[in-house]
Amino acid sequence: MKTHKFFAACVTMSFVVLATPAHAALRVLACEPEWGALAQELAGPLVDVSVATTALQDPHQIQARPSLIARARNADLLVCTGAELEVGWLPVLLQQSGIAKIQAGQPAHFAAADFVHKLEVPTQVDRSLGDVHAAGNPHIQTDPRNIALVAHALTARLQQIDGANAAAYAQRATDFQQRWQQALTRWHAKAAPLRGTAVASQHKAFSYLYDWLGVKEVAVLEPKPGVEPSVSHLQQVLASLKVQPARMVLYAAYQDGRPSEWLQKNAGVPAVKLPFTVGGDDASKDLFALFDDTVDRMLAAMGSVK
Amino acid sequence: MRLIASAGWMLALSLPGALAQAQAAPSAAELAALRAEIAALRESYETRLQALDARLRAAEAAAGVRAPASSAQAAAMPSPAGGAPTGTAPAATPAPAVPAPATPTTVAAGQANTFNPAISLILSGTAAHTSQDPATYQITGFALPPDAEAGPGARSFSLGESELRLSANVDPWWRGEASIALEADNSVSIEEAFVQTTALGNGFTAKAGRYLLGVGYLNSQHAHTWDFGDAPLAYQAMLGGQLNDDGVQLVWVAPTELFVELGAEVGRGQNFPGSDSSRNGAGRASLALHVGGDVGASHSWRAGISYLHAKASDQALTQLDTDDNTIDSVFSGRTDLTVLDAVWKWAPDGNATRTNFKLQGEWMRSSRRGTLAYDTAGVNLFGDYSQASSGWYLQAIYQFVPRWRVGARSERLDPGAVTYVGPTLLDADGYHPRKNTLMVDFSASEFSRLRLQYARDQARQGFTDNQWQLQYQMSLGAHGAHGF
Repeated sequence: MKTHKFFAACVTMSFVVLATPAHAALRVLACEPEWGALAQELAGPLVDVSVATTALQDPHQIQARPSLIARARNADLLVCTGAELEVGWLPVLLQQSGIAKIQAGQPAHFAAADFVHKLEVPTQVDRSLGDVHAAGNPHIQTDPRNIALVAHALTARLQQIDGANAAAYAQRATDFQQRWQQALTRWHAKAAPLRGTAVASQHKAFSYLYDWLGVKEVAVLEPKPGVEPSVSHLQQVLASLKVQPARMVLYAAYQDGRPSEWLQKNAGVPAVKLPFTVGGDDASKDLFALFDDTVDRMLAAMGSVK
Repeated sequence: MRLIASAGWMLALSLPGALAQAQAAPSAAELAALRAEIAALRESYETRLQALDARLRAAEAAAGVRAPASSAQAAAMPSPAGGAPTGTAPAATPAPAVPAPATPTTVAAGQANTFNPAISLILSGTAAHTSQDPATYQITGFALPPDAEAGPGARSFSLGESELRLSANVDPWWRGEASIALEADNSVSIEEAFVQTTALGNGFTAKAGRYLLGVGYLNSQHAHTWDFGDAPLAYQAMLGGQLNDDGVQLVWVAPTELFVELGAEVGRGQNFPGSDSSRNGAGRASLALHVGGDVGASHSWRAGISYLHAKASDQALTQLDTDDNTIDSVFSGRTDLTVLDAVWKWAPDGNATRTNFKLQGEWMRSSRRGTLAYDTAGVNLFGDYSQASSGWYLQAIYQFVPRWRVGARSERLDPGAVTYVGPTLLDADGYHPRKNTLMVDFSASEFSRLRLQYARDQARQGFTDNQWQLQYQMSLGAHGAHGF
């Protein structure tokens, strides 16, 4: 049912794109939905935003599909996470698109992770450690304070590339930052009960979220980043949770929730599916709703809401 | 920076403090409200400090200087460089400074190896069991050069090709890449070594050097990314396994919603179906058109048509007769090859991590015309020769649980009718070489793969070869990005 809805949405979207008459709007290709949503907030009608991946796809594991090459070919600005998140597919898009301006190092190649302080930067990298990123944890979008930082940098980049609309971008940025600051205050007050809570995660996808909320990660289900948890490893996690209990176990919408559900069944720890990015569930329609929903779901698991 | 930080903290702490003093006996609820207010202020200031810090870094990057981190003035000043009219921003908001193009923040400066190319090494090995001796392998109706990659390879344990790959940007306009194959017999061959443009723009990319030709679907992919351990029979019989050549390539991607890619190549034509000669001009030319797109989030596809023209002069070919005697021939003339290829991939919601499915097929037709000296050591016929052969394969790969995949491939060749002065082994008399293959593979990570493959190979008339292969293929070093 959900698949059908999603399919229908995609078909509708492609018709909308096809029906849109050609105009001078800046064509933005966002690697992940959060940056597509941010570009939409910051530039509105001044841009045509296309998003390369959905919230139900693992951003580490995307194929360099022909449709993505075609979209890279037509892009005026690329907005990606960077920090090696897209290392398995973006280089192919850049190489095959034949477009000079979006190559790495050019102004039209925007890497959001360059503008935030990264967590978990490894001192040692080796593939035996699993899917580690030398540049640090790339899932920066789970902290709304990072969104504010990236918004500043992205506005500057939009102004640089599309100088004629610089004033409009500045105005939209002011408006967005004001609304975002209000939202931050609201989320902060609302999420106060979460501060200091111990949680388990399926993948190390939420380090920035925990940093923001003051949540403590006491266990990770994946034995190593990107490695599926085995039953024997889950048993170990279960044993460790007996010593240091967690209030909930979190996983992202694109992940297979079975390891988390196993833990819910065997340890009585509620499994919480977080949207992870815009479009991760029905409620997370934009960046504001994404964090509303994230905080709501965690609070619901704490049993402190309704 | 520190100045602003301390000012911010003082403000954050003193404001609620003053409020608290103004009230005589605060209730528990009021205390909680105050605590929330402090927390909110702290939050707000943290965010604003981070934003200022980001602007400082952006401004520094734009100005090309690294100011001391405590310089609060640098943060407050908009960048003079950049050119965007930031001054037009409303005064109420901080006008964002224009940052310079993104620069990686984690480069270890000053090290001699900072500019080293990305290096990766593919390691592979096979344990094989075949019911027929690989030395007697033959595709009935096709004569191939002595060094063509046909057949299942060696029996027993053998080291596969170890492929060393290096790539890096040369300068702002070029990148370079080399794939060096270290063969199990201790020989070294250059599989690819080319330079490629990065800044032509308008969808154009040019390449020069030795490279895998962009005809068909599998040919341009490195063999270690193939889903089966060997090339399809059609590739073995009509392209000599996998075709690389020295030359130049120009590819253009159209500015359309639908993926449309046109490629043109010319080159030396030294490898089968061409052959080397002392001519000045190009011995090989090819054209390829590929189109592709998505259907919804779950389906994607690509289809194409390619044409290759190659010249051969005094091309040595061998075949085996029914008593396993070698028949040597020499061909001079032209080969025109047409390839149709299509691939369709499915993954639920486009998330291929758990399950996915891939269906791919290619059809080839090869027309050879010229002169042939047949069985030069025996009957020694000579005359005009023409042959039009065709062949196809169709394969399906299904990942049914994470890390495990199964696959099946079916293929068939038609050597076609031969026009020649006398009877030859090139005339297959209506026999159609065929082969069916099954495989299962396991990938502990995206860098390692173990594969078990069984093939029932009836390429040679009158012989059925049951081929078992157990393979490993692993890559270490730089994370390679693979094409569709």
